[in-house]
Amino acid sequence: MTFGQVLLVAVLAVPALGAVAVAATPRDRAARLVGTVAAALTLLAAVPLVFGGRGWVAWSAGAPAVRPWHQLDLPWVPGLELRFHLGVDGISWPLVVLTALLTLLCCAYTMWRVPDGGSGRALVALLLVVEVGILGTFLALDLVLFFLFFEVVLLPMYAIIAGWGGTDRRRAARKFALYTLFGSVLLLVGVYVVVAAAGTADVVALTGGAGMSRGTQLAAFTLLALAFAVKSPLWPLHSWLPDAHTQAPTVGSVVLAGVLLKMGTYGLIRVAVGVAPEGARWAAPVLGVLAVAAILVGSLVCLAQSDVKRLIAYSSVGHMGFVLLGVATLTTIGIQAALIGNIAHGVITGLLFFLAGAVKDRTGTGTLAELSGLRETSPRLAGLLAFAAVASLGLPGLAGFWGEAFAVIAAVQVGGPLWITLGVLAAVGGALTAAYFLRLLRQVTHNRPSPAVGRVGPGLAGAELTAWVPLVLLALAIGLAPALVLGVAEAPVDALIGVVKP
Amino acid sequence: MTGLLGALLPAVPLVAGLLGLLLPPAPRRDGATGGDRARTVAVALGVTGAAGALALAVALLVTVDGPTEASTTWVDVGGLMVTLGVRLDGAAALVAVAVTAVALAVQVYSIGYLRRGPHDDIDVDHRYPPYAAQISLFTGAMLLVVVAGDLIMLLVGWEVMGLCSYLLIAHDRRLPGAPAAAMKAFLVTRVGDVGFLLGIALLGVSTGSFRIADVLAHDHSGATLTAAGLLLLAGVAGKSAQFPLHTWLPDAMAGPTPISALIHAATMVAAGVYAVARLYPLFTAAPVTLTVLGVVGAITLLLGALAATAQDDIKRVLAWSTVSQLGYMTGALAVGSPSAALFHLLTHAAFKALLFLAAGVVIHAVGTTLMSEMGGLRRTMPVTFWCTVVGLGALAGVPPLAGFWSKDGVLTVAESAALEGTGPAPSWVGWLVWIAGLLGVAITAWYAGRLLLRAFFGTPRLPLVRPHDPPAVLRWPVLLLTVPAALLGLAGFVGAFADRLRFPTVPVAGSEDGLVHLAPGVLLPLALLLVGAVLVTLGWRRDPTADPAVALGPLRPIFARAFRLDDVQHTLVVRPVRALARVARTGDEVVVDGAVEGSGRAVSGLGAGLATLHRAALPRAAAGVLAGALLIGLAAAVIGVNQ
Repeated sequence: MTFGQVLLVAVLAVPALGAVAVAATPRDRAARLVGTVAAALTLLAAVPLVFGGRGWVAWSAGAPAVRPWHQLDLPWVPGLELRFHLGVDGISWPLVVLTALLTLLCCAYTMWRVPDGGSGRALVALLLVVEVGILGTFLALDLVLFFLFFEVVLLPMYAIIAGWGGTDRRRAARKFALYTLFGSVLLLVGVYVVVAAAGTADVVALTGGAGMSRGTQLAAFTLLALAFAVKSPLWPLHSWLPDAHTQAPTVGSVVLAGVLLKMGTYGLIRVAVGVAPEGARWAAPVLGVLAVAAILVGSLVCLAQSDVKRLIAYSSVGHMGFVLLGVATLTTIGIQAALIGNIAHGVITGLLFFLAGAVKDRTGTGTLAELSGLRETSPRLAGLLAFAAVASLGLPGLAGFWGEAFAVIAAVQVGGPLWITLGVLAAVGGALTAAYFLRLLRQVTHNRPSPAVGRVGPGLAGAELTAWVPLVLLALAIGLAPALVLGVAEAPVDALIGVVKP
Repeated sequence: MTGLLGALLPAVPLVAGLLGLLLPPAPRRDGATGGDRARTVAVALGVTGAAGALALAVALLVTVDGPTEASTTWVDVGGLMVTLGVRLDGAAALVAVAVTAVALAVQVYSIGYLRRGPHDDIDVDHRYPPYAAQISLFTGAMLLVVVAGDLIMLLVGWEVMGLCSYLLIAHDRRLPGAPAAAMKAFLVTRVGDVGFLLGIALLGVSTGSFRIADVLAHDHSGATLTAAGLLLLAGVAGKSAQFPLHTWLPDAMAGPTPISALIHAATMVAAGVYAVARLYPLFTAAPVTLTVLGVVGAITLLLGALAATAQDDIKRVLAWSTVSQLGYMTGALAVGSPSAALFHLLTHAAFKALLFLAAGVVIHAVGTTLMSEMGGLRRTMPVTFWCTVVGLGALAGVPPLAGFWSKDGVLTVAESAALEGTGPAPSWVGWLVWIAGLLGVAITAWYAGRLLLRAFFGTPRLPLVRPHDPPAVLRWPVLLLTVPAALLGLAGFVGAFADRLRFPTVPVAGSEDGLVHLAPGVLLPLALLLVGAVLVTLGWRRDPTADPAVALGPLRPIFARAFRLDDVQHTLVVRPVRALARVARTGDEVVVDGAVEGSGRAVSGLGAGLATLHRAALPRAAAGVLAGALLIGLAAAVIGVNQ
């Protein structure tokens, strides 16, 4: 086993064992500490995956379109020809690191504050199980394995929302579970169609279509894209998201928005587009139109929204619209924009949910009308909220800009009346995004403090800063040096587009 | 060497700003000492950043000779090159000097302006560290626009500037209207920036690179150029407050007065004009864009001047005068002379910064911004009075003050474009700009005179206030700014200065024989200037207590509300968008989510129904079982027979 393979296994095994250890530790605080250490070790294992393994397969006519830096390919259920095939490349690595980082921050945050509803020990254990599922989804290079990991996430996330959420948590959790389960059924059927038609479940072999007929590809893409559209979520299949986000505890929202949605966009790029490129080309205009509809509808709904967490949840609909627009263009620029948009959204929306949670914890309300004047009582919290909002509205120089601007540029590059229109509408959506975030800031931070805000003290807890500062720095770093994400993604995206474009 | 200077130029204030943001934002409620220390550090950081940038800008101005490029790859997105680099020439260095000089003046002035006085019931220096840091960021962002060698880099500075203006306009906690004004400033400019981004996207995709040198060198198709030019102009209209996106600028007066000086003189509004000058060859290659710019510029020029005549708020008079002067600059660009536009930009930076800082002194002294409550300040505030006289003279174009020469430069180019057709756009655009410019001279003289007479002459209208000239920290920035406001126009005679503003790439006659012109044509604007000045003096003489604006008669309320364009914008844009947002929310909740919830309810209803069916009493259940058995038996028999 090479060092890379050890790391690959460690990235999945450490949080899995950590979850068991947390569950087995009797004392609550010690258990949370064990969980945080496990999450930290996972991050430590995830980061060095970037080293080594790159460039040893030069591009040649016969090389596969997916060339993992490290991979592990073991027989798993030989009778069913199932393989335990993991691998990491430039498309998945940034998401792996983001997942590990956000889980670590959430665990560290839980050290300080456990939301009402259950023990902190159980919450940390569930977070680690969710992490295993998400990381597995990003690492799996076998469709059946991918599906399994995709499903692992569902129930612990349901438990997190139903156990530690707000007042209406059970309904929201049920809706989340049932709706995304509906998507999973489609994914299962899609995977079955692909495996039955191509005779293999290996993503490396399947990428590029593996000689599947046009009809099969169209059917497979439709099924897979619908499944991922539910998870991403793509308008109009998004309505599980606002309820789930609003009711979930802070750490649940952070993981949900930060990385769980990315399973959908990642799956769309790696599985749906990669495995059924002909279907992708066929459906691209529809996907593009829906993505832009998501941007516009999401922004407009945010403009009329009256709850902070719900507003941020809907903003995810708009932001994922930009990501999906990038994917729909099926160009190198578009996919690159989607990847960096994914990461930026994870960082920034994770931060936004942390901050919204902090505001809600302090004031006891998330209703916009009851919040005002935060900068008078807690200037640092208000400043951080302003930073996150500004990053999220895509200010150039911060992380959110690259994904959105280059999704628009990709649409313009594709050209033709449809795509130019989509690009223009997406850019208008950018202005609407600014409008609702400024409305949020104006309401929450300016003017005289409302009674709810008047009680808030200026101080921030150390645990809060520990959780937020890495995200602030990342938003700045990715904004100033987008090559952090785009540099590693360049070769795999080129290879992917090479097989997708005829 | 020059490249390094250019790279350091925006970096110094940006770093100072980012460091400043780390300071404690507000003084602690219990002890004042911590807050005071933070304030001192913030002042030091702000002033050092601005002064360092000024030194760098001057060094750059001295060393730069001819266009210099230096760039490195920032990121390569799918074959589209985004570079990190500087593009320096004389014009960039001159604008950089203006930006940094005004920024330094504003940083120093703010120390005194945002300090809690004995009569203030509320601490005005609340949150001083972020305020100073945001000024530094603002300066750095503008300098980034000035030196940027890449369109994406330019966009970064462009939008960060919009953000800083938003933050600074909303700074004053005492004004309830400030947050709304700040939001308006950011949103209106952001709407323009939609066009700017799309224009950049078109050019970048057409070129395969965002480097300005590559974009300018590339042979674009005519349609691309026209579309990209018009889209860029949308962004320019937003930043440089051109009709119909000018509405944010007067409202931005809610910001502290030094911020008004910064926005109006050196940053933000200057960026649009500068960006057009920077990319000028693209616009001359698509003359339609310059025609549009000329029409917009002429409308803006007159609109701003007329609106300025009826304002009572001293800062709003100055704000509308900025709108009008920006019309001169865009008009100059439209008739083919970026040199004249930038010359006016520089002199305007000097005299408008002076005017705002002097107005700030007046506001500081009398505690109001309304001219109807001022009057007679000439005797009590002589220094401020004379500084304002110089500023207003320069604004109106009184020779030999700065504005006279630069405005005359614009008018000369417009005249030649009108009479001889030397401009890149059709000659009627020249006529439009020229006539609007000439009318503007008379109107400017009228409202500048009105401001002077209402605020400084006559008898004091607030008897309880004892106004006095300001302390040194406010006085010196004002005094020093009078020097360029008075003399910068004469620099047009200096060859080295004129050379630096020359655009070798511009294939247009008219402006190329120098920046300043002493031809008989100069008499026409001078005569109009006299007409305006005499009219306002006569009106004032008739009744020194009355506002000369009564002479406007029924037009006065219309001018005061700037042709009610705010209402138009509200009716045509804001309200429909809000309504649409409500519709979208309802639609999303009732239709999209309703379908989901509905199908969920339908399924549970169906399940409940089936469950009820199964919950039957014994006789019916027995009958059901028997009927089922019978059916299966029948089916088996039928299938068996068939086989």
